[in-house]
Parts: sequence; structure tokens; C-alpha cells
Amino acid sequence: MEAEDDAAGAIIGDEEIYANVRDETDSQRHRPIISGEQLDVEAYAALYTGRTKTTRLLFIADKCGAPSMELEALRMAYDEIKKGENTQLFREVVGKINGRLGPNYALDDAWADAVDRRAELKKDKLENELNAYRTNLIKESIRMGYNDFGDFYYAHGQLGEAFKNYVRTRDYCTTSKHIIHMCLNAILLSIEMGQFTHVTSYVGKAEQTADGLDPVTIAKLRCAAGLSHLEGKKYKLAARKFLEVGPELGNNYTEVISPQDVATYGSLCALASFDRSELKSKVIDNTNFRNFLELVPEIRELINDFHTSHYASCLEYLGNLKTNLLLDIHLHDHVETLYEQIRSKALIQYTLPFVSVDLNMMANAFNTSVTGLEKELEALITNDQIQARIDSHNKILYARHADQRNGTFQRVLQTGNEFDRELRAMLLRANLIKHDYNLKAARKH
Amino acid sequence: MNLSMSSVESLVAQIHGLSSNIGELTQLRNYLKQCDDLLRTESTRLAPLLTELDPSVHSLGYLYILEACTSAPISKDQANKLVLSVARFINVCAAEQIRLAPEKFISICKRLMLQVMLLEDPMRGVAPLLTSIRKLQSSTEQLTTLHPDFMLLCLLSKCYKIGLSVLEDDIFEVDLPRDLFLYCYYGGMICIGQKQFRKALELLHNVVTAPMPIISAIAVEAYKKYILVSLIHLGQFATSFPKYTSSAAQRNLKNFSQSYLELVNSYSTGKVSEVEKCVEIYKDTFGSDNNLGLVKQVVSSMYKRNIQRLTQTYLTLSLQDIANTVQLNSPKEAEMHVLQMIQEGDIYATINQKDGMVRFLEDPEQYKTCEMIERLDFSIQRIMRLSKKLTTMNEVMSCDPSYLGKVGKERQRFDYDDFYTVPSKFTI
Repeated sequence: MEAEDDAAGAIIGDEEIYANVRDETDSQRHRPIISGEQLDVEAYAALYTGRTKTTRLLFIADKCGAPSMELEALRMAYDEIKKGENTQLFREVVGKINGRLGPNYALDDAWADAVDRRAELKKDKLENELNAYRTNLIKESIRMGYNDFGDFYYAHGQLGEAFKNYVRTRDYCTTSKHIIHMCLNAILLSIEMGQFTHVTSYVGKAEQTADGLDPVTIAKLRCAAGLSHLEGKKYKLAARKFLEVGPELGNNYTEVISPQDVATYGSLCALASFDRSELKSKVIDNTNFRNFLELVPEIRELINDFHTSHYASCLEYLGNLKTNLLLDIHLHDHVETLYEQIRSKALIQYTLPFVSVDLNMMANAFNTSVTGLEKELEALITNDQIQARIDSHNKILYARHADQRNGTFQRVLQTGNEFDRELRAMLLRANLIKHDYNLKAARKH
Repeated sequence: MNLSMSSVESLVAQIHGLSSNIGELTQLRNYLKQCDDLLRTESTRLAPLLTELDPSVHSLGYLYILEACTSAPISKDQANKLVLSVARFINVCAAEQIRLAPEKFISICKRLMLQVMLLEDPMRGVAPLLTSIRKLQSSTEQLTTLHPDFMLLCLLSKCYKIGLSVLEDDIFEVDLPRDLFLYCYYGGMICIGQKQFRKALELLHNVVTAPMPIISAIAVEAYKKYILVSLIHLGQFATSFPKYTSSAAQRNLKNFSQSYLELVNSYSTGKVSEVEKCVEIYKDTFGSDNNLGLVKQVVSSMYKRNIQRLTQTYLTLSLQDIANTVQLNSPKEAEMHVLQMIQEGDIYATINQKDGMVRFLEDPEQYKTCEMIERLDFSIQRIMRLSKKLTTMNEVMSCDPSYLGKVGKERQRFDYDDFYTVPSKFTI
């Protein structure tokens, strides 16, 4: 940790200037967790709590490809699981460690068995209690009973059972607070299980409860909605949701998402899907979101670069961030697509204001070769995203605006022909049907 | 039973006497119908009667006798005489008279066609059949049974232009659906021969989407050609049928044309090598359907389409690059293709041989000429006529008792506006 301190020393200096702007009360180091350097696993994991911490650590261990980081992640996962009661996950992690971390991190059967026995006992106890409550038909107790069951199963890693139990409390909810509690639990479970359709429906349900929605809950619900849109590849909607998350979120939802994530996901989705004016109004001028952006200064820089048309540096930042973003469980599948979309947007935006563009200069601006650039532009033109034509001989891109008048004439003539053809075919078919019908009628008589 | 001279005389006398106006002609027709069996049994002896009648004045009588004469099987040397006599008759007969006995007229025309085919000289039948069509039709919008035969003769004798001139007429009335299918199929083939792919597509489309209770072999063959022509002309093929296609067609047509649909898939990849591979695999199927020529045209249209796509993205492009993108072997080949396309009017471009560059130009049509205005005006008039036709047809159908009866059954029994029950059956 100390060695990494020095490397990040320069960035800490900047952060201290901005530290006064935030009025967070936590004493966490203001180090950028998501940055271009190699991911600091410990600091990253410190952002999360609960099961998601373990899941993320395991994901990093799987995907990172560097044995030192992998072992670090596995070590932390082991420690984390030992604090909980999930023996199945424990065995999994031990299998992955495979003895590489020494005797302290081997399969502790004794601990596992003890936990399992305790779990059995607790389960029986809960079941008895629940049955008692059910016979007594006290709504509140039954609800709490099912909730406890849900918590129990969740702690032991049986997500499906936990989800079922949480959902069963629905019939016994009396106040809106109960409903919101149920919805939040269901959302958490659905995210863990990766079933994002449920997330959307429960977010909707929670938002519909008339009262009892304090700002923190609203922020949480928006994050969840954003996540489900992200998984559904609806980047524009995801961006909008993430950008609406208020600063009250703070560290209240660390069992799902950290504020750094909100900033990262929101910005990347916005860059990939918003047009220029929306980008300015919703991201750059958004005072609420600025709090989040402070946590990830590199992303803030790259958004500003994009807006001010410094595409080379923007794309450079993106390239640097890529390895670390690939280690994030929610973003992993979408990094490529988002990057492609951002790059296309940059190319399109570059060519928009010009009548003619010298491809050599453009290649310099994007730090790529002329032939590569030509190929990319050809793809964009074929998809009708840029209205231009390439002069391959002189390597110039000419903007081409469709002649409205000619286009209209062409369309008119074409529509006329089509109408003519369709109408004649229809009259012919009608005649055939009439003939057929007459034949049948004649046969009947 | 011998036909006595007296009855023959009386027959001729009747014909002479009753051929002046329509009332008498109807009478004559009824009389001739009664004599039909008689004529048939004495067919061999009727030839001299024909000399006593004038075909242009006594067309109806002449028709009956001629039909009876030719009904017997004929040897090859007599065939020539038959062809000549029938052709002569067709040329001079009076249209109103023969329309009173269409079946007879159709049958002698068919015999003419049969003999012409046996003589292996289809061209002799083209002109007579053309005249016969014009005389039999009550209007140019009507399709007769002779139309498909005529089309077949045009195809066999390679007289495509005449076929095309008949295809120019819009058809709205049909006697028999089968005639329409054959007519459109043969017509489509003629248009393909003349490279009029738009019209061919239209005709074949009509066959494929026509109301059909059960699928017919004509529709299957038409569908195969439809796929190929669609690829050549439009560069794509929509595998979904329009809503008005009969359910029999929708269910079954695709099962018969699997290899063609494979070709469509390989075409949509945009790579010539894929298409050629596909053609190799299914060469036998295409060959047995006699569609190999069309398939070759599909392959060459691929190059055209790829080059056309380039005109959308580039202003100038080197011949080498064109050759690379379109997968041709050398810049020289690319130059040949581009040159041909410029000549056929598929693209607008200039070739600079010094630099080896092609410069793509915009369509020079400015839509400002008198011809363009005339064309627009013509289209407008045409569409107005068609719309009027549609309205009339709608009105006629709304008054049709069977239609009203059927609609009446399905309406609600009580109309909310008035308190009278809506009658379900119209008694007229």
C-alpha cells in the first residue's frame, strides 16, 4: 500500500483541493479508485459491503490475468467470507486459491461444519417461529418471520429461496415502509441473481407507493433502475437514470453500487448515447452529478475533452481506463460496445461543422492512420450516420447534403408507380375472388 | 344416316338468311346449336360447304362448320391446309359474330396452335392468335383463354416484342384463374428475356399472391423465378409474404424453393465468392428448373450492386480500390465493369485512365424539363382513372345482393340509432 501511495501522490494533491467541495463525512481517502493505473484491489473492495464485495472480488480474480492481483483478490474474498456464513462460496474460494496462499488460507473444515450445524439449528428455530406466527395470524410477525428467513437464506448463499421468502412478505405488508423494504430486498436479490427484469418491476412498484419515499430511497431506486437498463443495453435510459441520482446516495447503497460506479456508468452511457446539447445540459452543467464526478476525475476530464473536441486525449483516457473497467461485473459486457459508440460519436461530431475535411489532419486528431480512418468513415457513411463523400484520390471528406427538390421528385414518381401497381394488382385480385365466389355460388345452386 | 342435300341446303340457306343483324344472329345461333350433333357426324363432308359461305359476313355459321370440319384427327400434310384456312378465317371474321360462340372460336384457335406446334413452326401462329385475341376480347382489360397460348407461342418463336405489346394492356377481368397464372408466368418470362425486370417482377408477383385455394405448380415455378428476378432488380428479397397472399401459398411455396432461399442468404452477405459457392452447390437444381441463365445474371448483378454502393460513399476512387472492394481480379476488370454500367445507365461516372481513378457524379436529372412535366401529368391522369375505377367497383359491390346478405348476417341485430331491427336477409 505504501508503494502505491507514492505513485498516486500527484493525484492526491489535486484531490485535496477538491476535498473541501464535498461535504461527505466519511474519512475515506480521496484517492481515485477507478483510474488508469492498475486497480488497487483493497481500496476497490473497501467501497462495497456485503455479498457484492465477495462477488466482485471473485470476478476480478477470474478476469484480471495477473497472478499477484488474483491472489490478492482471493485472499480478501476468503477473509470476507469467513466473516459471514456462506459455506458453499467458502469451498469455492478455497478451491480457487488452491493452496497458493499458504496454510492460513486452506480449507477450514471445522469452521465450515460448525457454520452448517448452526445454520441447521437456526433454520429449525426460524421455521418453528414462523409456524407459530402463522397459526396466530399476526400479520406483522409473519412478515418479520418471512423476512428473517429471507435474510437467513441470503446469508447462506441460497439466493432463490431468499428471493421467494422476501416476495412472500408482500401479502403481509401493511404500511408503505414495509412495501419499500420488501421491494429493496427483492431488488437486491434480483441484482445478485442477475435477473434484471424483476429489478425493473420492483423499482416500479416501490416508486408507486404514495408516501414514505425519502431521498436516499429514491436515489437507491434510481441506481437500481439504471443498472437494469444498462444490462438491457438501453444506454440512453441508463444514463438518464444514473444522472438523476441525488448526492444523498452517499455510501448508503454499498451493498449494490458505489458512488464511483454511478459516476462511471452514468458518464460512459451518456457519452455513448447523448447528443451534444443533452451532454452539456445533463452532465456537464448538472450540479448534483458533479459531486459524483469528483470521485472519478479521469472520467470528468474525458467528458470535458469530448465536449471541447480534444478527441485524441479523450480517446487516450478511455484507452487507459479500459483494463480496469473490464474488471467491473456490471460493465464488463458493455465496455466494447460503449467504446465503439463513443468513438463513432467522436468521428461524427468532428465532421459535422465542416464542408470539407482533410483526412490527414483528422487522422492526426484521432491518432490513427489515414487508411484506418477511411475504413471507419466508410462504415459510418454506409450506415447513414455521416452525410458525406470521400475523395479517395485527394484524401478529402466532402459534406454532401441531399438535394431536397430532386429527392422529392424522385419519391413522388416512385410513390405514384407503386400506387399504380398495387391498385391494379388489387383490382385484379378482387376480380379473381369475385369469380371464385360466383363459381362456388353457381355450383351450390 | 346420310345428310341429305336438302338439309345441307337448308343449313346454308339459314346461314345466308339470318346473318344480317343481332336478333337474327341469336336465332341462327340457337338453330346451329341444335344442328351441332348433325354437323359433327358429317364432319368429313362439310368442306365444300365452306366455299359457299363468306367468312366475313357469315362468320357465325362459318365458325360452326369450320369447327366441325376440324374436329376430326388430321394427318400431317393436311395440317398445313388447316393452318392456312383457320388463319384466313381469323383474319376476316366479324368480331361481334364470333363473340356469340366463344367456346367454338377458342377451340379452333387451340387447334391452330396445336398444328402449328406439330409443324414445329410456332411463328406462323403468332399473328393469327394476336388477331384472335383482339377480336375475342370485349375490352382490352379482359383476359381470354387464348392469352396464355399466345404468350407461349411468342416464347417458343422468340417474338418477344409482340408479346410485350400485349403485356402493356392492364388486365382487370379474368375468365379463369388458371389462364391468369399461365399468362403472368409466360409474360414474366418474356419480360425477363427483354430485360424488363420491373414488369417481370410485377407479373410474377401477381401469380405468387393471387388467391389460391390450393397451390399450383405454376405458382411454384413462378415463385422461383420471382426470387431470382427480385435479386437482380432490387438486390434483395423479402421472404415474408404480403398479407393478401393466400394461406396455401404462404405455407407451401417456401418448401419447394429451398435452394433459391439459400441463394438469397448468400447474396445478402454481399460477397461474390459466397454467391458463387452457393451456385456451385445447387447447380443441378437450378439446371433442372431451367433457371441457370437467370442465376448467372444474379451473380453478375452482385458486382453491379457493390459498385453502386460505392457511389454512395466515395467521390473518387482508384480502380485498384474498386477491384479490391468488389472482389474483382484486377483493375482492368473493374474498369470494364464500370464502363459497362455507365453505358447501361446504372451509374454516372467518369474514368480517368491516367490516374486510374473513377470520379462518381450525381444523377444529372434536374426534373426541370418538359418531358418530366408531361410524365408527371400522365401519371396523375392515370391514377385518377384508376381511382375512379376503384370507386365504381366499390359501389357495384355495395349493391350486390349476396354481399349485402352476408354482411347483414354479421351486423348487430339492433341498430342503436333507429329502433328497427336490421334485416339479415334481403328479399328482392
